[in-house]
Amino acid sequence: MTAPAIPEPRPSAGYLAAYEHQVLLYLRNWRGSLFSNFAQPALFLLAMGVGLGSYVDKGGANATDGVSYLQFLAPALLVSSVMQGASSEGTFPVLAGFHWVRRYYAMYATPLTPRAIAFGQLAWNATHALMVGSIFCVIIALFGAAATPGIVWSVPIGVLTGMAFSAPIAAFMSTQRDTNAWNNIWRFGITPLFLFSGTFFPIDRLPELLRPIAWLLPLWHGVDLARSAALGTIGQAPLLALAHVAILLAMAVGGTWAMFVMFRRQLEA
Amino acid sequence: MATTSAPAQAPLIAARGLTKRFGSFTAVDAVDFDVAPGESFGFLGPNGAGKTSTMRMIGCVSPITAGELRILGLDPATDGPRIRGRLGVVPQQDTLDTDLSVVDNLVIYGRYFGLTRAESRRRAAELLEFAQLADRAGDRVDPLSGGMKRRLTIARALINEPSILLLDEPTTGLDPQARHLLWDRLYRLKQRGVTLVLTTHYMDEAEQLCDRLVVMDKARIVAEGSPRSLIERYSSREVTELRFAVGVQETLADAQLEGIGDRIDRLPDRVLVYSDDGEAVGPAVHARGLRPETVLVRRSSLEDVFLRLTGRTLVD
Repeated sequence: MTAPAIPEPRPSAGYLAAYEHQVLLYLRNWRGSLFSNFAQPALFLLAMGVGLGSYVDKGGANATDGVSYLQFLAPALLVSSVMQGASSEGTFPVLAGFHWVRRYYAMYATPLTPRAIAFGQLAWNATHALMVGSIFCVIIALFGAAATPGIVWSVPIGVLTGMAFSAPIAAFMSTQRDTNAWNNIWRFGITPLFLFSGTFFPIDRLPELLRPIAWLLPLWHGVDLARSAALGTIGQAPLLALAHVAILLAMAVGGTWAMFVMFRRQLEA
Repeated sequence: MATTSAPAQAPLIAARGLTKRFGSFTAVDAVDFDVAPGESFGFLGPNGAGKTSTMRMIGCVSPITAGELRILGLDPATDGPRIRGRLGVVPQQDTLDTDLSVVDNLVIYGRYFGLTRAESRRRAAELLEFAQLADRAGDRVDPLSGGMKRRLTIARALINEPSILLLDEPTTGLDPQARHLLWDRLYRLKQRGVTLVLTTHYMDEAEQLCDRLVVMDKARIVAEGSPRSLIERYSSREVTELRFAVGVQETLADAQLEGIGDRIDRLPDRVLVYSDDGEAVGPAVHARGLRPETVLVRRSSLEDVFLRLTGRTLVD
C-alpha cells in the first residue's frame, strides 16, 4: 500500500490558528465585555479608592504603608480585577467550547491537537488579561493613583496571577457540564479571596492567628507582589517577592499541564 | 467476518478486527471493512449499533481499543493530525461557531489546515456558492435553518479539499425538501470523485448515496455489499404489504398464509410477503378466503434486508 503524499502539518501552525480563532471571536464580540472589563474597575477605583479613601486617609497615612489609600489600593485592585476576569475566561469559554457551541470538537476534527486547542484558549486568556490590566493601569495613572512608576509592574504580575487562576479553573471546567460547580467556586472561593487577600486592607490587620493563612490564599501573592512593586518597597524583602513569583508560576504551569491532560481526555471520550 | 468484495485499488480505509470498548461496554466488536478511492461507502444500522463510534475512530479523534486501522495508509495512533488534515468531517451534532458569521466559520477553519488567509477566503467564497449560501455569507449562523446549517457544515468540511468526506447521519432531523437538496450536493461531490463515508439509519439515504454498505447491528457487521446485491441476497424483488382488520391480524394462523410468496414476515401491524411477483400475492390471498383491508405492492428495500438480518425494523 503506497501512501499518497500527505504533508506533515507543522504543530506550531496549529497552536497559532487556535489562538487566531479566539482573537477573531473577540474582534467580532468585544462590545459585550466592555463594561465588565473596563468601566467596572474604574467605578471600583472611584468608590473605594476616592470615596472610602478620603475617609481612611483622615486617620493618617500610617495605616496604609505611608501612602494614600487610593495609591495603596490601586495596584491590588488591578491584580484582583485581572484575576476575576481571567477566572471567568477560564470558565465560560471552556463550557462553550465543549458543550454550548462545541467549537473545540470542530477544531479537533482538523490537524489541531488537544494541546493546541488548550493553548489557543489559554494564550487568549493571557492576552485578554494583559488588555484588562493595561487599561486599568492607564485609568490608575489618570486618577493620579500611582505612587511610583513601579505601578506598571502590576500589569505583568496581574497576568501571572490571572493565569495562576485561569489555567487550573479551565482544567476543572473541562470536566463540568454546567455552571453549578462554578457558582460555588465563585461564592466560596473567588469572592472571599477578593475581600480577604489584602486588597482592601493589609493582611496584618487580620487577627494574628489568621495571618499565616494568607500564604494559602493565591491572590495574596499577586496582591502583595504588585503592591510592593508599585510602592517601591519590593527591595526590602526580595526573598518574599521571589516566593510570590514561584508560587504563582507553579500554579500557572501546573494548571496548564492539567488543562492539556483534561482537554485530551475530554475530546477523546 | 471476511469482506466479500475487496476493492481492486489499495483501500483508503482498511479496518481489521476494529474494536472500541468503553469500560465493559463494547461499542464496536471486531469489524472488518475496506473503502476504495472514489467509493461511496455507508454504515447502515439503528441507533446504538456502533456507527458513530466507528466514524470517530476513522476520524482519528477516538483511539481504537483493539484491531488494526489504516487510513490513507497511515496509523491514526501515530499520524492522527496528518490524517485529519486529509479528512473532511460532518459530525452528527452541529459544531458551527454560533458566535461567528457564516463566512468567518469557513475562513477560520481553513486556517486550521494551514491555508493562508487569502487562500482560505477564496475557497470559502467558492464553497458558499456550492452550498447555496452565498447570500448569507455575512449573517450569523444561529438564524440559519437546519438544512442551511448542514450545508454550511459540509462546505466547512470541504475547505481542505479532503481525500475522504466523513458524514455522520447527514440528514437526520431535516425536512424532506432540505434532505433532497443535501443529497443533490453530496451526489455532485461523489461525481467529482470525492470518497464519501457515511452513516445513516435511513434506507432511502443509503440507497441514494451508497455504492456499497455494511449493515451494523449490536456492534457487529451483519452484512456487506451494494444496496442492490443486499436486496437480492436477503430479500426478494418485490414486497406485498397486507393489512388486516384489528383482531384478524392477531388471530391469523401461519398455516393460512403458508406457500404464498417466497417468505413471510409478520409484524405487529401488517404482514410482509416477499416474492418476485407482488401483484400475484393479492389474488392468492383472496383465493384462500382471506380479506386484507389493504394490499400494497412495492419494491423491496434495505429496510426489508435489515428486518431479515436482525428480525427487527430499523427505525422504531
